[in-house]
Amino acid sequence: MESNLITEDKQKNKLEKAFEILKTMASRPSGLIGLAIVLFHVVLALISPYIAPYDYKAISPNTMLLAPSAEHWFGTDSLGRDVFTRTILGGRTALTVTFFGSLIALLWGGLLGIFCGLVGGKIDDVVMRVVDAFLSIPWILAMLLIVSLLGTSTEVLIPALGFFYGKGIVRVARAATHDVIAKDFIVSARARGHSNMSIIWNEIIPNVRDAILVEGAMRWSWMLLGFSSLSFLGFGVSPPTPDWGLMISNARGLMSFAYWSVIAPIVGLSSLIIGINLTADAFAKALGIDRSTKAPV
Amino acid sequence: MLLLILKRIGLGLITLFIVSLITFVGVEVLPGDACTTYLEREAYGAALDACIKRLGLDIPAYERYLDWASNVVRGDFGYSLSGEMPINEVLGPRVKNSLVLASVSILIGIPLAIVLGIITALWRDKLPDIMISTITIFSMTIPEFISATLLILIVAIWLGWLPGIVIIPSDATFYELLSNIILPVVAISMIMTAHMARMVRSSVIQVMASDYVQMAILKGVPYWKMVFRHVLPNALLPAINVVALTIAWLLGGVVVTEVVFNYPGLGRLVIESISNRDLPVVQALAIILASIYVGINLIADLMTLMLNPRLKSLQIRK
Repeated sequence: MESNLITEDKQKNKLEKAFEILKTMASRPSGLIGLAIVLFHVVLALISPYIAPYDYKAISPNTMLLAPSAEHWFGTDSLGRDVFTRTILGGRTALTVTFFGSLIALLWGGLLGIFCGLVGGKIDDVVMRVVDAFLSIPWILAMLLIVSLLGTSTEVLIPALGFFYGKGIVRVARAATHDVIAKDFIVSARARGHSNMSIIWNEIIPNVRDAILVEGAMRWSWMLLGFSSLSFLGFGVSPPTPDWGLMISNARGLMSFAYWSVIAPIVGLSSLIIGINLTADAFAKALGIDRSTKAPV
Repeated sequence: MLLLILKRIGLGLITLFIVSLITFVGVEVLPGDACTTYLEREAYGAALDACIKRLGLDIPAYERYLDWASNVVRGDFGYSLSGEMPINEVLGPRVKNSLVLASVSILIGIPLAIVLGIITALWRDKLPDIMISTITIFSMTIPEFISATLLILIVAIWLGWLPGIVIIPSDATFYELLSNIILPVVAISMIMTAHMARMVRSSVIQVMASDYVQMAILKGVPYWKMVFRHVLPNALLPAINVVALTIAWLLGGVVVTEVVFNYPGLGRLVIESISNRDLPVVQALAIILASIYVGINLIADLMTLMLNPRLKSLQIRK
């Protein structure tokens, strides 16, 4: 009974703490703008299938390349499809894939980094060399190769993105663990005879969680950038699925006279990436972490 | 000191060795070997046999790796499937073109980033900082293909000042290149400058808050002398490593930028070779790009070592 009360209390504290962090984030104008943009995009992604005025794949020769008007707010593209419909639907795949990709990246990168930081020695040396090697291969080359050989389905994209964006987290988690393991409470936990697993779970994770979460938020925006670059190059979402990267690449050739079909997806994608970045920045500041000194590895 | 430098070089070489293993094993593990992948539906009979013979796919994988690796060390990357010519001949002009693009962008980007970073740090939270910082955040977060597309739309199409896409052969002369690379250089250096300016800014701010700068202020050292003698040398040194990582990271973005502008460099070759499923070229590109990454980081490490007297006596490990 008593232990129940304690966990309930802890739960409440966690909620309060999360709310506190949100409040600090929203107290700066940049953080508030970032949060608002991300919230807007998430809500839009959830409701867009219900509010879309046209069918996103309805091709019609009569409505090709129309300028913005009352019927077609953002005009139509070269196949006569409504650009507004495709733009509000265009973030759904990108958001889903990159969200789950970031989760995978956080999990494996964080855990491996903590593990390496804790055990040290030969295992650590070997793992870090391999991570360094993977870091030195440009992500785009590796991703393109995987996608061109295995296909562009989400079952391929999510783990592949998760893997390639997680290797940088290994370094961050490892460094954060190094900062923690020299502290007294770890020494005393060892002296009490706790196992490595118990130390990782109860002592290290609560102390490195912030650093890893901030890194994960950043990865999310980079992954979004990477994912849409793949779509743009024709190696991501396959048509006719609406996707911003794909829309920009299709509309680019005709933008000298139909600029609206390229502007709308540009605004969609840029605003989401800027929003996530501002949110991640505010999140880092609210937790007292300065990430502007770090390189984007 | 010498030992430390040798150790760094050794680590770089080990990394490259692992990269070569990864690319080799990766191509082995992924479905389809180089020949069936390349020939696709025509992968049978004499064509397949000839291809297998030429790439030596009939000998065991580890022997093939040793063969390939020893050739790569001697600078021979083998044979391109689609170009039907030695990979070295394909690579030569592309490497040169990309080098021109990258070095012009870096030559413009780094000084600009240092100046912008210092301005934003010294006028922290004032109007110049707010304006420049907002612009840098925009240009570093917007994807390369978007800023490149917008540049083409505004500068080339609406204003008509410059050609929108590069239409030059891959063996163009240096002067032909220069007149065509203005927009790609702007697109690349915009992002690079933004990243670096941000780092310089926070580094300068950190140093400005340090004890010795406070001491210099209290001693009555003139402001600008303090900035140039006490702050900048200490602030720019740690930035070198981060700048190197940023440049190396941007290799991926350069691929996209080159495709948008149709620039005949290494980046476009990446896309071309993957679209053609020309795996030997992909392997060669992976090794080359990884070497560039390792090389840039090595140079940065050595520069920091040379320039920082404090590190000479210390053994640093990351």
